[in-house]
Amino acid sequence: MADIIMAGFGGQGVLTAGKILIDIAAREGKNVSWTSSYGAEMRGGTASCSVVISDEEIGSPYPTKLDILLAFNEPSYDKFIGDMRDGGTVIVNTSLISRDSWPENVNVYGVDATDRANAVGNGRAANIVMLGAMAQATGILDVDTFSAGLNAYFDHKGRNTPKNEECYRIGANELKKL
Amino acid sequence: MSAEYVLMKGNEAIAEAALRAGCRFYAGYPITPQSEILEYMSVNMEKRGGVFIQGENEIASMSMLFGAAACGARCMSSSSGPGFDLKQEEISYLSAAGIPAVIVNAMRYGLGDGEITAGQDSYWVSTRGGGHGDKRILVLAPASVQECADLTYEAFDLAEKYRNVVEILSDGAICQMIEKCYLPEPHEHDMDKFDWTLTGKPRDARKNKAYNLSYYMGYEAYDKYMREKIEAMFENEQRWESFMVEDAELVLVAYGISSRVCRSAVRQARKEGMKLGLIRPITVWPYPRKAFKDVPESVKGYVTVEMSITSQMGEDILLATEFKKPLYGCLTSKELPTVEGIIDRCRDILAGKIKPMEVL
Repeated sequence: MADIIMAGFGGQGVLTAGKILIDIAAREGKNVSWTSSYGAEMRGGTASCSVVISDEEIGSPYPTKLDILLAFNEPSYDKFIGDMRDGGTVIVNTSLISRDSWPENVNVYGVDATDRANAVGNGRAANIVMLGAMAQATGILDVDTFSAGLNAYFDHKGRNTPKNEECYRIGANELKKL
Repeated sequence: MSAEYVLMKGNEAIAEAALRAGCRFYAGYPITPQSEILEYMSVNMEKRGGVFIQGENEIASMSMLFGAAACGARCMSSSSGPGFDLKQEEISYLSAAGIPAVIVNAMRYGLGDGEITAGQDSYWVSTRGGGHGDKRILVLAPASVQECADLTYEAFDLAEKYRNVVEILSDGAICQMIEKCYLPEPHEHDMDKFDWTLTGKPRDARKNKAYNLSYYMGYEAYDKYMREKIEAMFENEQRWESFMVEDAELVLVAYGISSRVCRSAVRQARKEGMKLGLIRPITVWPYPRKAFKDVPESVKGYVTVEMSITSQMGEDILLATEFKKPLYGCLTSKELPTVEGIIDRCRDILAGKIKPMEVL
């Protein structure tokens, strides 16, 4: 159903964004897999995770062609944009990524994820803004279902705050087609 | 098996399944990519009434494990790469005394320190290794988080059935990935149920010893016992999965993470009109030779897909196929195989551009 990569630098919540997504998709009865690139990385180094969501049995958990890319910073955009399938969806964090033009073969959406999360005083939730934008742009899961799943995820962790949902709604409402 | 799934890493599934199998002693030392097993055990073992020890090193951890296992407890240790090397001596001692234990090897790539990322080049040390002397280690190779749980749970039964060491051979990809997992039911193990365990020295106690079986059985009886045990494991425990082999032109052979990519490659290749199949060994010792008996005549050759420089599994494929068909390599060393890479390789093989491997 979807081969996804989320990528950024360490501390942006990239790996957690992937975990939230598979948690919600799994609740919806999908098969899911989550793998991360790990290595001798330091804080501020690159971080990415691959997520596969499928109604079928999942073969390779390491997709090399992507339906969805969440690019949290410039190097991540540059690294993965060439792996997109035609007609795929790219969500870019326009707080940190700017371009004069965007590729024609994919649908590119932008949201000021870092700036907007900071503005509502939930600076670590740029990842949730990005997820909101992704849910809205792709329709991979219903926006409200996704929102409920997001709250369930953080309630289960015992550290939910209304600002999580606020960030999610910002992402869903403020994304722009680029 | 529970009705509810849990999302967990392969490492966590291994640790939780071990606890549910009644494992109540774990000793080990951290090394990437298997440290979550220690972490999980450190948090959860005592809650189940067991003992968790982070030893001062791998050798000491294995010696402690020997003691607990000799008393009949279900015991586990785990490591990777150079850490797994350090466990070899004690695997030989466990084997000599016929003491069951479950050891996990989460393969990382490379010689020496190598890399901390996934690899499959510890196949030889797992299938041929276990230190000095004659023995065979049962080696189970999970290809999903679910199999991490299922095979670990069963490994303890197998270890006790044969009084043998059983190894879980995972890799840095399978053990680090998160998938849905349905966990097995908790089981309480009675460590006093065996007649061979150490029990202390009250007046009327059995005077069992935990050292080489050959010393008290005599070599003639011991040789026969070992031979028959190895033959029984070989005959009874071969496991594999065949996928679209019935009409295949080329059959991929892969285990662990490579087999996952191969499954996708088989599906994709068939959309492109190329008939690939897959044999996925679930046991790599005993190697599932039976899987190769039913392969149709249409098969032009086998392609081993491994994350290694040399084909470590190739010898086993040649033995299983009795050298009747050519064996080709798709060896990706420290990189994960890709669907496109496998398909391109197979296209070149079918076009006659690639020679069969002579040197594995």
